[in-house]
Amino acid sequence: MSKLASAEEALSVIRDGMTVGIGGWGPRRKPMALVRALLRSDVRDLTLVAYGGADVGLLCAAGKVKRVVFAFVSLDFMPLEPAFRLAREQGAIEVTEVDEGMLLLGLRAAAWGCPFIPTAIGLGTDVIRNAPQIKVVDSPYDDKEWVAMPALNLDVALVHATRADTSGVCEIASPDHYMDDWFVRAAKHSIVSVDELVERDYFHSAEVARRVYWERNCTQSVVLQPGGAHPSSSDPLYGFDPSHFKKYAELIGEAGYSGWADAYLGQDEATYQRSVGGLDSIRALPLPVY
Amino acid sequence: MTFSLAELMTCAASRVFDDDGEVLATGIGLLPRLAASLAMLTSNRDLMMTDSQSFMLSTPNPVSGLAEHSGQDNENWMGFSRIFDNVWSGARHALVGPSQIDRFGQTNISALGGTYAAPKVQLLGVRGFPGNSIFHANSFFVPKHSKRVFVEGECDVVCSIGYNPERLPRGYTFDDIDIRQVITDLCVMDFAGPDHQARVVSLHPGVTLGEVLDNTGFDLAVSEFLSETAVPTAEQLAVIARLDPKNMRARQLKDDPPGVRVSVRETG
Repeated sequence: MSKLASAEEALSVIRDGMTVGIGGWGPRRKPMALVRALLRSDVRDLTLVAYGGADVGLLCAAGKVKRVVFAFVSLDFMPLEPAFRLAREQGAIEVTEVDEGMLLLGLRAAAWGCPFIPTAIGLGTDVIRNAPQIKVVDSPYDDKEWVAMPALNLDVALVHATRADTSGVCEIASPDHYMDDWFVRAAKHSIVSVDELVERDYFHSAEVARRVYWERNCTQSVVLQPGGAHPSSSDPLYGFDPSHFKKYAELIGEAGYSGWADAYLGQDEATYQRSVGGLDSIRALPLPVY
Repeated sequence: MTFSLAELMTCAASRVFDDDGEVLATGIGLLPRLAASLAMLTSNRDLMMTDSQSFMLSTPNPVSGLAEHSGQDNENWMGFSRIFDNVWSGARHALVGPSQIDRFGQTNISALGGTYAAPKVQLLGVRGFPGNSIFHANSFFVPKHSKRVFVEGECDVVCSIGYNPERLPRGYTFDDIDIRQVITDLCVMDFAGPDHQARVVSLHPGVTLGEVLDNTGFDLAVSEFLSETAVPTAEQLAVIARLDPKNMRARQLKDDPPGVRVSVRETG
């Protein structure tokens, strides 16, 4: 069965009001081409779950978002994500703010079919005061109270992998796959954009097969989009694009979402890539050093 | 021997790891990371550190001038999901720089002012602070000691648990909370005063106790052994220079002040 699809075809499963998880971390390996295709669509009132970067910022700025479940939204080298910051300060979005580890537990609970996972995280902090939907419960085994981190059930997960075959076997060749496996497992339906398409026998190598973090039946669509993580990184193929992020921050600050969208979004991914200097310049972006 | 304030603070901060044994030391920001690296190369060789990306290292990387990650001294893969396995085991000590710290040792990196629905300034979000604070040791690094950081009331958003009786979870005691030291540009503090009150432990050379009290939004206890913060040794300065060949430490504090202050700072 071939799961190869265009971004538009793959994203047609997303309806208004759905909960969408986005893989990656801050400015790293974000499925940005899929995010841009969402920006061009009519979909709205989404609940986003993410270790957020410009994916969350852009979708908020474009008015696509009702609620964000987040622990941070950051571009790392630029600590405060400009569009998310604006949306928050304008009170334009609802939020469920959780610890990074709580987010992971919420995805695991969803993946494992549990309503919640008990944890000490959040006790004594405003996480539980500001999110009354997250309950503190008694334990049947001790006299302590526990935070019942609810399952973060995702309608759809969007992630970016390095390579896949058409059956949905996905390789993440980056040094870290972050929580992408949990996003995929927490979702009813997963859409994976990839930089490169490979044949099935590419995975015969044991070394490569170890870089496959979920089974192919967890992947419903494969979208081939070389450079599709730009302006985030897709290590080891290319780094993130600090100069585009700076330009993005300037445009959002000066002219809001339309300032950026008019200059860059374009009608399709080919137009976008031309506006940022082309695929070759994306591939030439140096890997970040920490 | 001359040294900068950044170097003095780095050496003071490195000491928070001295008695930790074999734990993961995480310094967020250039000087905290330099401090943890310095400790791992001098006072506590059992410390564990990552490359700030996805591998544990047996020798810390330099904090500046690193061209690429290949060739570094990897010890094991340590992706972000695995970091939480370490955090939740308690075998970690984080040295972090909160935007606000209150009298309970609670901290804030999430948002400032306004309302929670529409804060005046959105910062990072709570990140890993809630989990770090309930599971393992934490120390704080404050580049500019002021009432903006050491706030009068509670933090605008309480991101980490502290010694606040009103927020103590059922079944917990203050012994379950492990706030170690606070290193600022004026002094070193801890929370070992009466009832875990914040307490001045040492003053940096040339700093008076009055300056510290005037720039803190809450009352401080003072250690009966109040001393001057130890100045860097030649060995420490040499290791720091090796870890930071591009001298990025000189860009971390405004005007890169010298380690021994001559002028008295205004109240702020």
